[in-house]
Amino acid sequence: MDSTLRLIANNPVDHLARTVEALLVVASAPLTVSELAEATEDDPERVETALGLLRERFSERRSGIVLEQVAGGHALRASREASEACARLFERPVERGLSQAALETLAVVAYLGPCSRPEVARIRGVAADSAVASLVERGLISEAGRESGPGGAVRYRTTPLFERVFGLESLAALPRLDDLGADTGEIRERLLAVASARAS
Amino acid sequence: MLPTPVRELDLDLDAFEGPFDLLLTLLLREELEPGEIDIAAIVLAFVERLAERDEIDLEACGEFLVLVSALLELKARLLFPEEAAELDALEPEEAAEELARRLAEYRRMKEAAVWLAERLAGERDRWFRLGPAPLAPQPERRLAPQDPNVLSTALRALAVPPPAVSLGHMALRFPPVSQFLERFRALLSRRRVFDFDVEVANLSRVEQAVAFLALLELRKGGEISLSQSASFAPIRISRIDDERITTWTARSA
Repeated sequence: MDSTLRLIANNPVDHLARTVEALLVVASAPLTVSELAEATEDDPERVETALGLLRERFSERRSGIVLEQVAGGHALRASREASEACARLFERPVERGLSQAALETLAVVAYLGPCSRPEVARIRGVAADSAVASLVERGLISEAGRESGPGGAVRYRTTPLFERVFGLESLAALPRLDDLGADTGEIRERLLAVASARAS
Repeated sequence: MLPTPVRELDLDLDAFEGPFDLLLTLLLREELEPGEIDIAAIVLAFVERLAERDEIDLEACGEFLVLVSALLELKARLLFPEEAAELDALEPEEAAEELARRLAEYRRMKEAAVWLAERLAGERDRWFRLGPAPLAPQPERRLAPQDPNVLSTALRALAVPPPAVSLGHMALRFPPVSQFLERFRALLSRRRVFDFDVEVANLSRVEQAVAFLALLELRKGGEISLSQSASFAPIRISRIDDERITTWTARSA
C-alpha cells in the first residue's frame, strides 16, 4: 500500500481544489478545464494545478475514487479494487449484451463518423438498422445532421459516453486504421486464386 | 378509378399541394422528383381521413397500400445508387480490385470491433456515475431598477397610432403617350437632332417616364435613332430620313 491519504493543505490552490473536487463529485459527465474554470470563476491554469493536486490524491490504491482524464474532460470513477463490490450493487446497462454487429457498427461510426446507416451497411454488407438503433438507445452514438441531397439519410457519430465507457481520452486514442486488418494486395491475391480455381 | 377516399385525398406537402391522384400523375410523368415527396405525410393524411369515417373501406386501404409501396420503391431507388450497376461497368480486374478494397475496409472495421471488445473487457472494472447531468439553467439577466414613470412614458409613446398611410401615389395621372409622340415628331420636323434630357428637363418624373416610353415607340417604328456616349450620359435623338428608312426596310426584307 502506498502512502496514506494526504489531505490537500498548505497549497495556494487548496480552496480551489476543494471546489473542483465538489464539482467533479456532482457531475455525471467529464468536465473540461474551461467548464471548471467558468464554474469556479477562476483561472484555467490554476484549475489545471488544482486538478494535478486532486489527481495525486484520487489515484488507484490511495483512494476509493480515482480522478481520470477521459472523453475530453476530467471525471471521477470508482477505484478498480472496488469494482467487484460495484458489480454486486450496480448494472452496466450501456455495454451489457453488445453484439458483434453492434461493435462493428460502433467501429465504423467511431472511425468514419459522422456517417449514415447506408454507409455502415455498405461496409458491413448487411443492414445496420437494428444495430444503430441499439447503439442510439444505449447512448453510445447520436444523430449528427443529415446527408446532403434529397431525403438525406441521418448521420451518426459517437458520443462522449462512448469514449468514457471505453476509457478513451478522445477518439484520437483509437488505434490507427491502417494498423488493423490485412492489406488490399493480399486479399486481391486470394480473390484471384479463388476465381482461377473455380474457372479451372 | 381509385376508390373515393384515396382519389379525394387532399395533400398539403412541402413539394406538392393537391389531390393524391394528381400527385401520382405528376410522378409518373416525371414532372415531380420522388425524392422531394414526404411519404410519411401522405400516410398520415390518409390515416387522418380514415379516422374521420365511421367504417373502414378495406378496398381503399388496399389500393392505398399498393400505391404508397410503389412510391416508396421509386423513392428508395432514387436515394440509393445502384452499386451493382457500377460494378458491372468495371473490367474484371477493376472489379476484383474494388471488391478487395471493400473487403479490406470491412476487415479493418472487424479488427477495430475486436479491439473495442477487448478494450471493453479490460475496462470492466472501471465504474463511474452514469446518467444525464442536469446543468443549472443560465442565470437570468436582471434588469437595472427602473422608474415606472419613465416606463409608462415609453409605453405611451409606443401606443400612439401610426400615421395614416399615404395613398397619394395612387392618384398619379399619367399623360397619354400620344401627347409626347406628337411633340417629338413636331420637334424632329424642325430639327434633325435633339437631346432627350434637355427636352424633358422641366417635366415631372411621371411625365419624363411617359416621354421615354414615347421615345421607345418612335425607335420601334424606325422613325428615330438613339445614341448615348456612356451610361447615364444624355440620350441623343436623331431623325431617320425616309430614304434611309426605305433602304433599311428593303435590306431587312
